[in-house]
Order: sequence, then structure tokens, then C-alpha cells
Amino acid sequence: MNISADSVLIAENISKSFDGNRIIDNVSIYLKKGEIVSLLGQSGVGKSTLFNVLSGLYMPDSGKVLSNGDDITGKPGKISYMLQKDLLLPYKNVLDNTALPLIIKGEKKKVAREKASALFDKFGLGGCEKKYPSQLSGGMRQRAALLRTYLSSQGIALLDEPFSALDTLTKSAMHKWYLDVMSEIELATVFITHDIDEAILLSDRIYIMTGKPGQITTEIEIKEKKPRKENFNLTEEFLNYKRMIVEKLL
Amino acid sequence: MTKKLQSITEKISPALALVAIAAVWAAISGFELVPSYMLPSPVSVARAFVEDFPLLMEHAATTLTEAGIGLAIGIILAFITASLMDRFKLLYNAVYPLMIITQTIPTVAIAPILIMWMGFDMAPKIALIVLTTFFPITVGLLDGYASVDADAVSLLRSMGAGRLRIFFTVKIPSALSHFFAGLKISASYAIVGGVIAEWLGGFEGLGVYMTRVRKAYQFDKMFAVILLIIIISLLLMLAVSLIRKAVMPWERKGVLKK
Ligand SMILES: Nc1ncnc2c1ncn2[C@@H]1O[C@H](COP(=O)(O)OP(=O)(O)OP(=O)(O)O)[C@@H](O)[C@H]1O
Ligand SMILES: [Mg+2]
Repeated sequence: MNISADSVLIAENISKSFDGNRIIDNVSIYLKKGEIVSLLGQSGVGKSTLFNVLSGLYMPDSGKVLSNGDDITGKPGKISYMLQKDLLLPYKNVLDNTALPLIIKGEKKKVAREKASALFDKFGLGGCEKKYPSQLSGGMRQRAALLRTYLSSQGIALLDEPFSALDTLTKSAMHKWYLDVMSEIELATVFITHDIDEAILLSDRIYIMTGKPGQITTEIEIKEKKPRKENFNLTEEFLNYKRMIVEKLL
Repeated sequence: MTKKLQSITEKISPALALVAIAAVWAAISGFELVPSYMLPSPVSVARAFVEDFPLLMEHAATTLTEAGIGLAIGIILAFITASLMDRFKLLYNAVYPLMIITQTIPTVAIAPILIMWMGFDMAPKIALIVLTTFFPITVGLLDGYASVDADAVSLLRSMGAGRLRIFFTVKIPSALSHFFAGLKISASYAIVGGVIAEWLGGFEGLGVYMTRVRKAYQFDKMFAVILLIIIISLLLMLAVSLIRKAVMPWERKGVLKK
């Protein structure tokens, strides 16, 4: 494994059991500055469990999580984490929802709101500041959750199936938007997905998790340069990647 | 359009039912099916209500004061109890069964004891109101705290939030609707509790007025004061709904509709 010096996040030999059941076994991953990495695997293989460990919510049975050289194993608050559902708080308007992580980090409410609202246009949320989450479309809720994740991050984010709840059309629009935004902001990201196309389209690298207990069995680099051409998903290379992944997933 | 019509009929039907009951009542007393001193006509009840209005208001002020103080203490105690019970599982396991048992003790049974302990002033009335309002609010809050989305708590923890921050940012807001449901019940309990305690001894209040007119067999005034108690309870419940709307703007119909 080529853990390079510019890794912002390193997980070493993580294992985690629940009630004596080993869920993930000896998992190691790394994430470089500004990199987008996806984690592919079947349902129940332990992807969310790995994220819960990386985010510090769960203490692993063994192994370490390092961020920029600091040991952050079992210490939440260092890496921002977007859980499997958008989890916007229904009783706060969109602006206060997105500003929440800044307030928790100790910013004054006013400053936090200003910082958040400065990004509303970029995240396609302009004019929605005072709305409640229930008044937004699915895509907008997802973008609001992404904005909140971005604001709580110090350069590293974990996204658990960020686009899986969206319909196909919204999803592909979100992919375009996401790549655009990511080219402007610096946010090293690991995201979980079930969607092989999505993984190839968005990622610089792909980890494949299989087995019981779950292990990282394959690491694939997507060599296509970013920004990727419009019809990348129709090219021979894309299909080759896809073929390879399908094979490894089973 | 049909929706609007539906909502109008929904609003009108209880009013129609009320009118029908009043008409039957007026007929029964008008044709003297029941002797008029036992069942006064709606008109004589209304007359008694108007004639005694200043006196009724004076007594109502006393009962409302008791209810207000009792309810306030009940809310504060319930909030502290529920929050501690939610924080410490052991306390929850120890106290919850006790709370259920105390609920089976009928109000009318403890009121005389409270009066013997505390005298004829406001204290025993307030104590009784606290006892009757405390439970629904505590249970409401406990259910509310328990209803919090565990993932929302995880999310806040991942942001580095501590216990207190999580309590105020997600637990309390998710408990609010349960809290107000409990408060709505408690508001009417508070009035009834106060009146019952006043029956058993006191110098002022709607319950005292009731016992006085009962002793004089003034059925019209009896009915008038019952009417007033109903009106006050309804107004209190309305006030709770209005406060709820003001405190929880995200719940408004227009907001929830996409
Ligand atoms: N807190 C927990 N306690 C006990 N078992 C758990 C806990 N969290 C996860 N598990 C178990 O660990 C296994 C992996 O769950 P996990 O949520 O990590 O899967 P996943 O790969 O994210 O699946 P999906 O793609 O469906 O989200 C499951 O069998 C699950 O029941
Ligand atoms: Mg999962």
C-alpha cells in the first residue's frame, strides 16, 4: 500500500466487532489532500461502521486513525461526517442548519451565519436561507447537508451515500455540480456508494470492501484526469473500470 | 375548493351539535319535563351568568392564580425531573414505576389530606394542581427526549458537540411537541384540580362559589359557573396552542406543505 507523505487521513489496521461479531477486519485506508475516494461494497459489509470509526464516534477494537499526524482514534469533532440520511434539523431554518457546526466550534452566531450564507449561492441554495428543510426539494436538502458538512470540516469529509436518495436525473445533475464545487474548494473526501458508475465518475481512487468480516480487498485508481470529459461514462476505459469492479465486488 | 368546503363543514358541525343540544335543553326545561328549579333553562343560566359576572370574575381570578402558579411549578419540576431521568437511567428505572402508581391515586382523595396539612389558603390548592399537572408534562417530556433521532445525536457528536449542546440543540426541540401535548392536558387539569380543592375548603375561588350556590340550591348559578369553568379551560387550551405555534414556527401548515 502506498501511503504517501501528503496523506491527510490514515486509518491503520482497523478492526471492530459488535457483540463478539467481527464486522470489519484489519482495514487500512489513506486519503490525500484534495482527493476524492469512494468506498464500494455490498450492503452490510461494514462501510458505515468504518466511517463511524474514522469519524471518532466508535472506538475501534484495534487500529489507529491519524489525521495530519495526530492520533484522532475515538475523538469525534475532527473530521466532518455526513450520515446516511441528510439529517437537517427540521426545527431550524436552512441557514441555521448549515451554520450549526461553526456555532458548535465556538463561533459567534452572527459570524457563523455570515460565513454560511456566503456559500449559499455556490451550493445552489441562494434565497433559501430562511426556509425550513421540509420546504426544500431532495436535491436541495442534500446540497444543504453537503454545505453543512463542508463548513464543519477542516479539509476532510466523510460522506455516507450522499446521493443515493436522489432520482436518476437529479443525481446526475448533482454529480456535475459536485465535481464543479470540488474543483473550487479543497475538501479531501471519502464517500460510500453502491453505485459503480457514480464511483468511477467522481473518484480519484476506489476502495472495494468485501467479505465477512469486511476487508478492503481491492484498490483501483481512476486515471482519467479531472475535469473529466462530458461523455467519460460512455468511453471504453469507463467500461473497463466497470468490468473490473463488478468482478472484484463479487 | 372541496378541501375548503370540507374544512368549513368540519368547523360548523360541532357548532351545530352544540346548538342542537341547547335546543333540546331549552325544550326540556321549557315544557317542564324536568322541574325548572332542577334544570334551569338556558336563558336563566345566561341571566345568572350575566348578573353574577363581577362576582364570578373575582372567584375566577383566584382559581386562575392558583392554576397559574401550580402549573408553573409543575412545569419547572417536570422539566427538572424528566431531564434528570433522561440523563441517569438508574433514576429513570427507580422513579418511573413510582410515578405511575401516584397517578392511580384519585385527586379527590388527596385533596382533603392536603387541606388538613396546609390549611385553607392557596397552598393546598397549588400543591394539588402541581401534583395533577406534573405527571402529564413529565411523561410528555420523557417521551419527547426518547423520540430524539439517534443519528441526529451522532451527527452532533461528530461535529464535536458535548452533552449539554446536544441536549439543547436536538433533545429539547424534539421534545417540544410532546411537551405541548402534555401541557394542553395539564392546563385543563389545573383548573379542575383547583376547583376540586376549593370545594373542600377555602375562602375564594370558583369551587367555593360552587359550594355556596349549591347549598342555596341555585341551580341556575351552578350551571353558570360550570359554563365558566368550561370556557376558561377551553381558553387555556387555546392559549397553549397559540404559544405552541409561536414557539414552533416550523410546524405551521404553510411550512410543512411543499
Ligand atoms: N451499533 C451497532 N451494533 C450492533 N451491530 C451493528 C452496529 N452498527 C452496525 N452493526 C452491524 O454491522 C454490520 C455492518 O453494518 P454497516 O452499517 O456498517 O453496513 P453498511 O456496509 O454501511 O451497509 P449499507 O450499505 O446497507 O449501509 C451489519 O450487520 C450491522 O447489523
Ligand atoms: Mg451504511
